[in-house]
Amino acid sequence: MTVQDVVPTASVPDAEHASQWRLMWWAFRRHRLAMIGGTVVLIFYLIALFCEFLSPFSPNSTSARDVFHPPQMLRLFYKDENGDRAFGLNVQAMTQKRDPFTLQTTFVPDPDRRIFIAFMGRGEPYKLWGLIPLERRLFTAANPKERFFLLGADRLGRDMLSRILYGTRISMTIGLVGVALSLILGVSLGGISGYLGGKVDAIIQRFVELILALPTIPIWLGLSASLPQDWSPLTRYFAITAILSLVGWTELARVVRGRFLALRTEDFVIAARLDGASRRRVILRHMAPSMASHIIASVTLAIPLMIIAETSLSFLGLGLQPPLISWGVLLREAQNVQTISQAPWLFAPGAGVVLAVLALNFLGDGIRDAADPYAQGQSA
Amino acid sequence: MLLGYILRRILWSVPFFFAASLISFALIQAPPGDYVTSFAATLAASGDVIDQGRLEALRDRYGLDAPFIVQYWRWISGVLQGDFGISFEWQQPVSQLIWERMGLSLALAFGTLIFTWAVALPLGIYSAVRKYTLSDYALTTIGFVGLATPNFLIALVMMYIAVVYFGADVSGLFSQEYQVAPWSWGRFVDLLKHIWLPIAILGLSSTASLMRIMRANLLDELNKPYVTTARAKGLSEFRLLMKYPVRIALNPFVSTIGWAFPQLVSGAVITAFVLSLPTAGPLLLQALLAQDMYLAGAFILLLCCLSIVGMLVSDVLLALIDPRIRYR
Repeated sequence: MTVQDVVPTASVPDAEHASQWRLMWWAFRRHRLAMIGGTVVLIFYLIALFCEFLSPFSPNSTSARDVFHPPQMLRLFYKDENGDRAFGLNVQAMTQKRDPFTLQTTFVPDPDRRIFIAFMGRGEPYKLWGLIPLERRLFTAANPKERFFLLGADRLGRDMLSRILYGTRISMTIGLVGVALSLILGVSLGGISGYLGGKVDAIIQRFVELILALPTIPIWLGLSASLPQDWSPLTRYFAITAILSLVGWTELARVVRGRFLALRTEDFVIAARLDGASRRRVILRHMAPSMASHIIASVTLAIPLMIIAETSLSFLGLGLQPPLISWGVLLREAQNVQTISQAPWLFAPGAGVVLAVLALNFLGDGIRDAADPYAQGQSA
Repeated sequence: MLLGYILRRILWSVPFFFAASLISFALIQAPPGDYVTSFAATLAASGDVIDQGRLEALRDRYGLDAPFIVQYWRWISGVLQGDFGISFEWQQPVSQLIWERMGLSLALAFGTLIFTWAVALPLGIYSAVRKYTLSDYALTTIGFVGLATPNFLIALVMMYIAVVYFGADVSGLFSQEYQVAPWSWGRFVDLLKHIWLPIAILGLSSTASLMRIMRANLLDELNKPYVTTARAKGLSEFRLLMKYPVRIALNPFVSTIGWAFPQLVSGAVITAFVLSLPTAGPLLLQALLAQDMYLAGAFILLLCCLSIVGMLVSDVLLALIDPRIRYR
């Protein structure tokens, strides 16, 4: 990303005394899109953390009356008995009508009936993080017998909004877990490759090239198709993340190796070595800090790839399986034209994917540009 | 010199092909139970009488009791002679099922590559020359959204728009009457009428990323002194641009086909499934879901080979336009 408001470095207070991390933060702050991206990412992870509390209903509670219920508009005001405008969150109720000839069901708004929404109301009981039993939800129907659908309902009458919020948890964490695995593989192999050089480096590099030459999706498909069918959803979740990172570590390995090679000849590293610092100290104390920022940047850019990969695999039915809810699993419902022309709101999880991936990309770009705070003068 | 480089490069790819075949075979072997058990299960499911002798003969033919290496050897020597084993789901030799689909896959990947280049190159140059203008921002935004949206999602949205607003079905590569017809001029024209949409969908994300790369490369070049010199000497802006900076900026561009091609091949799998194209992807998926592993393995092997060849071609192209690489 090159959109930066140019703030002259001279105006930055105390630039000579700031630590490297502080300089990076200043460089990052100037990157407006990255700041927005960072905020959005933060919100997504907060949603992932508190999805039980945020969702108005349980994601698995079905309702035969509300099959493919269309989205309802959130209203702030309503007309009370006297015909005056009164404040209160509500949606207009809809009733199901069946066409006598085609037997097709349609939902028509019911102007007389409103469903009121309670802030911090008592809803279906749930367990926060599977541990703390609670009843209060941020928003839920004031009357526990009623339901409302801000993003529509799926083919079993489940609330799409709640399902998407729950999907955020798995889709956003699968990126983190997968990247953590790739990080271990990438940093160790890239580090060995860059530090030892020579034959070892050549072998590891050929290996990386081979993996880069393979078409990832067929390999992913093949690997996940060969997972045993009877594994529990959780085991499958970890197996899928492992499969994703098996292919995803190469980019990190390349970055780490490249930095290692570049840093080896830097003055401060040579100085440290001439000072008699041990190999370990040179790597951990002197080289690692200036690599960390680059690694963080590549990690941030690797997460969206993982999210897209998981979404694709689950969409095809080879990734996560239904009791688990991820954006890909949800999009699987929107697979054929008949369904999506009847219920276009089933696309909504796709918006989640696009937003999350965009935000992570902007954030990663910002971090990458800030990773080398001393190079700012040249690029501007 | 160039010939020597190409030869060396081809030799280099031999271990790659070998590794790809090992991986494909490992995937064939990965599901629990061997081929004959699955075959017997399908026969039983369709109500056929299972002839133990026939099963034994099959087991013998594929050496299913032999160790991995022996089985691999039999499989790969068959593959080299064009025998990919039998698809138990289709009850046909795999080789009869794959070639037309692979051909269409190749056509699709190739078409997408050309589309990507034809669109990304001028747009990248344009947005570099008109840096920080409204059109640059617009292109950048489209580029980012294109990168962030999975191809299959775009395909779904396109299908939705086509059905709801135009009442048209955009899936498939052929019209009804040409679906099973033998190849003819009419069928080819029909293919061209259908293939543009999948190409545009598949090309979107790689176009977006190539556009970004082109823009960044060109921006680096445009600040260099030789550009100023040429401008001071009175060269017209267009000739100046095309003759020097673009040529140099093109260099990393070519090297990206190396990874663009595998990505195209692999990205096409899911999009083709959504659009139900008669290419390799949907059949591969079906084979994987049914654990029809010889068919799946053949596709995986061929797709891997396709991307290795793509990498090879890009390296050779790179050597053609940049003499420094040949002499290394």
